[in-house]
Amino acid sequence: MATTTLTPAASAYRSGLYEWLTTTDHKKIGILYLVNSFIFFFIGGIFALTVRTELAAPGLQILHDELLYNQLFTMHGTVMIFLFIIPVLVGFGNFVVPLQIGAPDMAFPRINALSFWMLPLAGILLLSGFLTGGVAQAGWTSYSPLAQDRPLASTGPGEDLWIMALLLIGTSSILGGINFLVTIFKMRAPGMTMFRMPILVWTVLVTSVLVVMATPVLTSALIMLFIDRNYGGHFFDAGTGPGSAILWQNVFWFYSHPAVYIMVLPAMGMISEILPVFSRKPLFGYKAFVFATAGIGALGFSVWAHHMFTTGQVFLPFFSLMTFLIAVPTGVKMFNWIFTLFRGKLTFSTPLLFALGFLSMFLIGGINGAFSAAVPVDFALQDTYWVVAHLHYVLFGGSVFGVMAGLYYWFPKMTGRMLNEGLGKIQFVLMFAGFNLTFFPMHQLGLAGMPRRIADYAANAGWNDLNLAATVGGFMIAASMLPLLANIFISRRAGKPAGDDPWEANTLEWATSSPPPPYNFDHLPEIRSERPLFDLRHGREAGH
Amino acid sequence: MTASSTLVTTGDPGHPVAEHNPVAAFPHDTRGGISNPILGMLLFICSEVMFFSGLFAAYFSVRAASIPWPPITKDAALNEHFNLHAEPWYAAGLTLILILSSVTCQLGVWAIRRDDRTGFIRAFGVTLVLGILFLLGQIYDYSTIGFGVSDTPFGTTFYTLTGFHGAHVFGGAVMLSVILYRGLAGQFSSRHYDAVEGVSLYWHFVDVVWIALFSTLYIL
Repeated sequence: MATTTLTPAASAYRSGLYEWLTTTDHKKIGILYLVNSFIFFFIGGIFALTVRTELAAPGLQILHDELLYNQLFTMHGTVMIFLFIIPVLVGFGNFVVPLQIGAPDMAFPRINALSFWMLPLAGILLLSGFLTGGVAQAGWTSYSPLAQDRPLASTGPGEDLWIMALLLIGTSSILGGINFLVTIFKMRAPGMTMFRMPILVWTVLVTSVLVVMATPVLTSALIMLFIDRNYGGHFFDAGTGPGSAILWQNVFWFYSHPAVYIMVLPAMGMISEILPVFSRKPLFGYKAFVFATAGIGALGFSVWAHHMFTTGQVFLPFFSLMTFLIAVPTGVKMFNWIFTLFRGKLTFSTPLLFALGFLSMFLIGGINGAFSAAVPVDFALQDTYWVVAHLHYVLFGGSVFGVMAGLYYWFPKMTGRMLNEGLGKIQFVLMFAGFNLTFFPMHQLGLAGMPRRIADYAANAGWNDLNLAATVGGFMIAASMLPLLANIFISRRAGKPAGDDPWEANTLEWATSSPPPPYNFDHLPEIRSERPLFDLRHGREAGH
Repeated sequence: MTASSTLVTTGDPGHPVAEHNPVAAFPHDTRGGISNPILGMLLFICSEVMFFSGLFAAYFSVRAASIPWPPITKDAALNEHFNLHAEPWYAAGLTLILILSSVTCQLGVWAIRRDDRTGFIRAFGVTLVLGILFLLGQIYDYSTIGFGVSDTPFGTTFYTLTGFHGAHVFGGAVMLSVILYRGLAGQFSSRHYDAVEGVSLYWHFVDVVWIALFSTLYIL
């Protein structure tokens, strides 16, 4: 970028709080996203722990009202998906993408701030149902007729608050997606061609396309559900006309399956930044990775009905085939990552440990997902704990491990201080062990026939030991958050100073100071490959 | 705005040009490529297309599940009101108004490209009036149409589709008002009219949605 020679005007005094509340700086907004997401991560985690505690043994021990149990797992799913995983990845994207492409900020900084501030508002709306007689209880999927306003279903305003919250989050996502696309298309530094963009930028690009094209369909679905519940509409209400409960599943999953890729592609991008740095090698097969990402994005729109195999209302061979097909680009990425590591000079710092956690856990999540893509197998496994195991291996074992890897990797850039390696390794070991103890037994529980979303089970069903193990694992995951929190609070002030480029990394964000100045760069190095900093360190000839 | 964002005045590093330029094909363009606001608006319209696709998909799904369409109820008067095909003329008039407003909107864009500010303000003024006329016409239509949102899936889909379109027309009218206000303040010229162009794109989109709606609800 050409050096901007404007001198800053003497700025009026702003208190730190006022600055954070009104900022349009992508880095500050990114950090706001991360903080907000982690607050909701802990809230959603408390819901999960309550659910797991109830399931530790047969009988109703702590929740004497099954409807409250329904509310808790509904909120757990909704909070974790819509207020944690999606926004936390947007937070990393916000902080890192403009830096990685050498831009001074996002294309629309004020819209960026708007996108963020909708999220805490949506979270408050969603959870305020607890004060108005109960939050939504129809599951995060809100299937009709469970979501209809009638006895034994979702009476009261909780479900409507859920709808309003999701509308806000959806709008926030769409505006954010547009912002990312314009930023990536229009604000790249001179020399940063599309095929020199860091992989994270590519994954955010494809994710943003999914967000912009899929989220509005969820918006339309939510509006139809709202009309059904409040104005006597007949979209999904098969009880009073030819409305179709299956229609809800179609429009809902048309968003919510691509949303799975929205929740994992940026994490894949983060892993793809981290693995090369800690292997001291370039990413194996850059272009293959890019095309695989685009392939996942495109195929992601044609697999939504694999959530609906057992309805008998969808064309099974097509959706089964497409689901198997989408495993191909995902497999390509697995090879990219493994061959990046192969014969690399590995340093097992915390970011790499979490990245390896992502690799191994996401692999299991992919394999048990492929099982469910087979129609006859799916008929047996539908709505059992197998599905719970699968989705947590993808979203927790995949995305959350990726988020942790990214946090340890970019925290030095955000604060100028390193996170403590010892605490990081303790967190990794606890989280990895706790995660597998929680979710691996769910495979067996599912095969043994335990259904999802039940508050209680018979003592002689043979599910007691595995459930107890899963609950113990859940508390281990919770315990693994303590070293993380301690690490963040201690290292933020007292951590080892990071310097500009503590990892000897490849991408542009490490070319500026830590934390970067508000305008990001005083000057940029020449960009001649997807690893401009590698080229800078090793001279022109070493570039590839 | 923070102190930080005042440091960098242009969205495009390496090209510190204060003006935004709509599209490369126009002679005033100095750096090529579509401008940030126009690209943002086009992407926003993409998302809006998907939003209406969701509603249309629901409409056709509900319609396919309900034979005959419109549904026959026990209420003969209601059945009569459902027969939109018999009297499409009022809605056709509304369609004409909206298409006309699209034409005047585009005339306004062409005017500002020629630096004809008077012509631009006149054209956008007419566009706004036509838009408001359409909205009033739709409200009148609702008050006389004889069925409600809860009267069978026909009523539900009719009001959802036309209502959300109406909400978009209302949003467009608000945007047009802002553009008019800024135009009267002299903020636009042939070198600076991204906002005008963006709003015109949105207005055309709203118009196209109505044409699809009219064809689906009154003719198909």
